[in-house]
Amino acid sequence: MEYFLQQLINGITLGSIYGLIAIGYTMVYGIIGMINFAHGEIFMIGSFIALTAFLALAALGITFLPLVLLIILIVAMVFTALWGWSIERVAYRPLRGSFRLAPLITAIGMSIFLQNFVQVTQGARVKPLPPQVTGGITLIDQGGTVVQISYMQLIIIATTTVLMIGFSFLISRTSLGRQQRACEQDQKMASLLGVNVDRTISLTFVMGACLAAVAGLMYLLYYGVIDFYIGFLAGVKAFTAAVLGGIGSLPGAMLGGLAIGLIETFWSGYFSVEYKDVAAFSILVIVLIFMPSGLLGRPEVEKV
Amino acid sequence: MSATTSAWMLDPVLKVEHLTMRFGGLTAIDNLSFEVGRGHITALIGPNGAGKTTVFNCVTGFYKPTEGRISLRRGRGIDDAAVEELTKSGQQFGNVANGSVYLLERMPDFKITEVAGVARTFQNIRLFGGMTVLENLLVAQHNRLMRASGFTFAGLLGLPGYRRAAEAAKDNAITWLKHTNLLDRADDPAADLPYGAQRRLEIARAMCTGPALLCLDEPAAGLNPRESAELNTLLRYIRDEHDVSVLLIEHDMGVVMEISDHIIVLDYGKKISDGTAAEVRNDPKVIAAYLGVDDEEVDAVEEDLAAGLPHATSPSTTTQAQESRS
Repeated sequence: MEYFLQQLINGITLGSIYGLIAIGYTMVYGIIGMINFAHGEIFMIGSFIALTAFLALAALGITFLPLVLLIILIVAMVFTALWGWSIERVAYRPLRGSFRLAPLITAIGMSIFLQNFVQVTQGARVKPLPPQVTGGITLIDQGGTVVQISYMQLIIIATTTVLMIGFSFLISRTSLGRQQRACEQDQKMASLLGVNVDRTISLTFVMGACLAAVAGLMYLLYYGVIDFYIGFLAGVKAFTAAVLGGIGSLPGAMLGGLAIGLIETFWSGYFSVEYKDVAAFSILVIVLIFMPSGLLGRPEVEKV
Repeated sequence: MSATTSAWMLDPVLKVEHLTMRFGGLTAIDNLSFEVGRGHITALIGPNGAGKTTVFNCVTGFYKPTEGRISLRRGRGIDDAAVEELTKSGQQFGNVANGSVYLLERMPDFKITEVAGVARTFQNIRLFGGMTVLENLLVAQHNRLMRASGFTFAGLLGLPGYRRAAEAAKDNAITWLKHTNLLDRADDPAADLPYGAQRRLEIARAMCTGPALLCLDEPAAGLNPRESAELNTLLRYIRDEHDVSVLLIEHDMGVVMEISDHIIVLDYGKKISDGTAAEVRNDPKVIAAYLGVDDEEVDAVEEDLAAGLPHATSPSTTTQAQESRS
């Protein structure tokens, strides 16, 4: 029981990170019907920017941890958002209205480009960061078996929850969210009502990148090592999460992220670590056989 | 067509001049000019394929016309010289004496709604089916809201300025829901409404953008007589109470003849008649276009009319031509 509880905590933490990345996939798919394969790399860039900001702050002698974390969070979000915006502007917007596969191929190209760009400029070796947030709360301590939630895990889960609430509010209640949903349903009509479709799509990429930056920062702090390649597997997992939850659905992305995180953690905890990815992807296959539109996805509606 | 100056020429809200639209080798609209009078309901009619919807698409920025000028004038009594000057300056729009002029053929579609104030509806209904009725009307007011919300940040924080703007938008939406009898359906998904209600909602949504000119593409299509009558009332209300000019395409002659202040008839991309309902109804060219007689026969009819002879259309030719047309 204690072991189960501990794995549950670990799984939720990992799932939160996946969920944050998955939202970027699902939002972009919702609005322009394209899988942004470069999104995993956005996450990777987010964690590199966070590391850079951390080192810069350390060099400046700012060491008060909450302040440092806050500054890093903001810096990472702003700069990663800038990357997200530029990528959309340079690689995707010129191809809008082109045939369906064109932006998909560009996205894969963009992903490879970003990986190599970071490899060349930052080096191929892993970048370590010593643990910054240490300690935790011991929930159960029973003769050797300890169930603990670390402060880091608490930060990750709390941040994700807050972001998700803010995000749902933004999509369902604000004017920008309404515009995004309108663009999702009928871009041409939205633009005839005066919605600036290009700007709305740009903002969608910016929002996805912001969340990926938060995930990048959390990943850096949680695992303590990053390299230019982390975006690939995290990206594939998050994409899987988005599909599992039902691509195009925001709560679906979060749910899918949690599901993938939990499956992975429990499989490594009870069976074998080597096969955790196999388990995650097998579940995806099984769910999609019985629920082709994912857990919370709406059934495919023919768009005209 | 009378040579005297008609009411709509004195102060047009929209003036289309020498509009030509070609698709490859096909000329859909050929050197078309007309005016839409301020505060008028103007109907654009013609047989199928006459180019009516293409005119709409040019006016609302869906298509970039091959040639021609489409100028929207907000403010009373703007003279052509001012429009000419703006055209030469190369700008998309600008302020002139008494108001402002927008050259629609130069503007991207979202700006035509946002800046110039032209709203439209479609032949096939294009509501945001997954959003509620109220949300459909709020999307149409997002420009005001976005500005008030400081591009969302203030909206997220719920600052008073944004709240006030949001309330105002909601009030405006509710006013329109009342006038279209949709208030009790405000929170239902738009796709769940019956057909006639969806048509009314489209008009309400277009009005929520705060237009100077409302373009309706076959608003009465598929409506039953009672709903058509309600539509007439709604359009008159829009013209009289909101000072909005209406340009509509319609096949339902009952609606057209009853509410139009001015009718323009197109056939094969050209204007064949232009005048009040009474003038157009008696124009032999219009009768010919609708009943489909040969050109020679039109000439004959015109000659007959000019000579003051009583004219009888031979039933056999008319029927034949009608069949070949359909």
